[in-house]
Amino acid sequence: MSKEVILEVKNLQTHFTTKRGTSKAVDGIDFTLHKGETLGIVGESGCGKSITSLSILRLIPSPPGKIAGGEVLFKGRNLVELPESEMRKLRGNEISMIFQEPMTSLNPVLPVGEQIAEAIRLHQKLNKKEAAKKAVEMLRLVGIPSPEKRAKQEPFQLSGGMRQRVMIAMALSCNPEVLIADEPTTALDVTIQAQILRLMKELQERLGMGVILITHDLGVVAETCDKVAVMYAGNIVEHATTETLFETPLHPYTQGLLASLPKIDEDQEELYTIEGNVPSAFNMPSGCRFASRCPLATNLCREYKPELIEHESGSKVRCWVYSNKWQEQEVVV
Amino acid sequence: MIWFIIKRLMQTVPVIIGVTIVVFVIMQLVPGDPAVLLAGEGATKETIEALREQLGLHQPLYVQYFDYVSNLLRGDMGFSLKNNQPVLQEIMTRLPITLELAIFSTLITIVLGMLAGIISAIRPYSILDTVVMVVALLGISLPSFWFGLMLMYSFSVKLHIFPVAGWDSMLHVVLPAFTLGAGGAAIVARMTRSSMLEVIRQDYIRTARAKGVKERVIIYKHALRNALIPVITVVGLQFGALLGGTVLVESIFAINGLGRMIVDAIRMRDLPVVQGGVLVASLVFVVVNLIVDILYRLFNKRIELN
Repeated sequence: MSKEVILEVKNLQTHFTTKRGTSKAVDGIDFTLHKGETLGIVGESGCGKSITSLSILRLIPSPPGKIAGGEVLFKGRNLVELPESEMRKLRGNEISMIFQEPMTSLNPVLPVGEQIAEAIRLHQKLNKKEAAKKAVEMLRLVGIPSPEKRAKQEPFQLSGGMRQRVMIAMALSCNPEVLIADEPTTALDVTIQAQILRLMKELQERLGMGVILITHDLGVVAETCDKVAVMYAGNIVEHATTETLFETPLHPYTQGLLASLPKIDEDQEELYTIEGNVPSAFNMPSGCRFASRCPLATNLCREYKPELIEHESGSKVRCWVYSNKWQEQEVVV
Repeated sequence: MIWFIIKRLMQTVPVIIGVTIVVFVIMQLVPGDPAVLLAGEGATKETIEALREQLGLHQPLYVQYFDYVSNLLRGDMGFSLKNNQPVLQEIMTRLPITLELAIFSTLITIVLGMLAGIISAIRPYSILDTVVMVVALLGISLPSFWFGLMLMYSFSVKLHIFPVAGWDSMLHVVLPAFTLGAGGAAIVARMTRSSMLEVIRQDYIRTARAKGVKERVIIYKHALRNALIPVITVVGLQFGALLGGTVLVESIFAINGLGRMIVDAIRMRDLPVVQGGVLVASLVFVVVNLIVDILYRLFNKRIELN
């Protein structure tokens, strides 16, 4: 795998200002994406993974949302500071995005071919006819049967899996270098899920783009990702290669997530659950954000926020257990 | 699409039959004997009786109704009691004037209303939005008879820009059309605004942004087309209200349209004219509804008729 970095996110912070106060939905995220690599971002609903992806393309509804700090470096340019007109040239062209809801993500009153052609005409110097032809080609590429006919149809005439293929065709129509897929298979049933994931993987290998896959499904991660970032309450709590993460999960939250998966070889009456709730985004604790639910938590955890530190396995983890302070503390106790 | 139109056309047939029944029955319910009215004051009993025979008023109601409908089908709406002219002829000279007034008012309703709604929706809760919506609220609240007189006073009497009354040139159209269209424009503005705000939050708008589409194109190509679907319904309904409104506006601006004809006929107890006028106004409304439904389908292909 080539080691060329195409996207680098540094200390990204996205805040939402509302009457109730400021919600730090994304609070200092760092990761890098290499060419041809798939990075999974996992976490439960509301942990900030979708906001992270929308922040990269600056699609956060503003107000109330605002990128409050940090950098998103794409080929050496900081997207956070790019003028809107430059940003538009990038969207759907060099970085494109697939959304969670194929049922509502396509414009209901425009033929799908036209919706794909729109992106092509915006970013490539093609006339209307050539763009329409390219749109049909893209539909064929994503495996839609009789694409000429389908291109003229409107979204309501297509099934959910079909619509997600259209979204993928649209996202890939200008050969992006980065594809952000925000829960691309969540709304689809399991067989269609597998098809869509296989299609994305195939196209990634063929086109060599970097993919950020946002999901809450660890099965999807295991199948498709090279690296994983686990998010909790606006922070990355663990960052590892997929293999390492599944073999030796470090963070108690990751361990909890993996433990709560049903196991095929065990007869379980009840699945493991992580007790408690995610802290309110308006009122984050000063210490570790997982402390209130963590079986290992001590006063140190409750009072001071841990940094993301490198572990000997090569993973990065945001937990006091793996720091020197943990040992010192236990001596005190 | 052709099938849709054919099916929709078929649906108008029972509606039209219903309209003729209602118009016929209402006329039966109006107090007073048509024969007595027609014969005039001081007529002898024999004269009245003869007239009654001539008009077929002795016949049972359903026979009278079928006579009425078969006359209608032959284009016979009877004769005015006032001047003995055929009712149809009277209507045909007046209908184009009212239609012209209604169409210009509708144009004002659509153009003004949608523009105001879009301007408001682009920057919701801004000062511009607040101003537009307050004006729209005034537009809904002002009664047209007062608003028409105020327009006439300022633009005709004081500023001499438009003629005071009558119906000769395009200049004559402006004030009545504006009077009639203002209320509708206000309603359409509010409807467009809320519909746009609803649409702009949809996932497909985010998809369009993620494609790199310009904000202006997003508004006019992606959002407006979807937002207009409910607005079309409102415009169609407004057109109905508008026909009612012509009665007032035509009276204020002394326009010899259908509305004024009906009012005059009611005042003179000229029943055949009233009957014909109401029937034609209803038919116009049926046709407008038909057009609205076809437009609706054009904008939203998901609609099917069963």
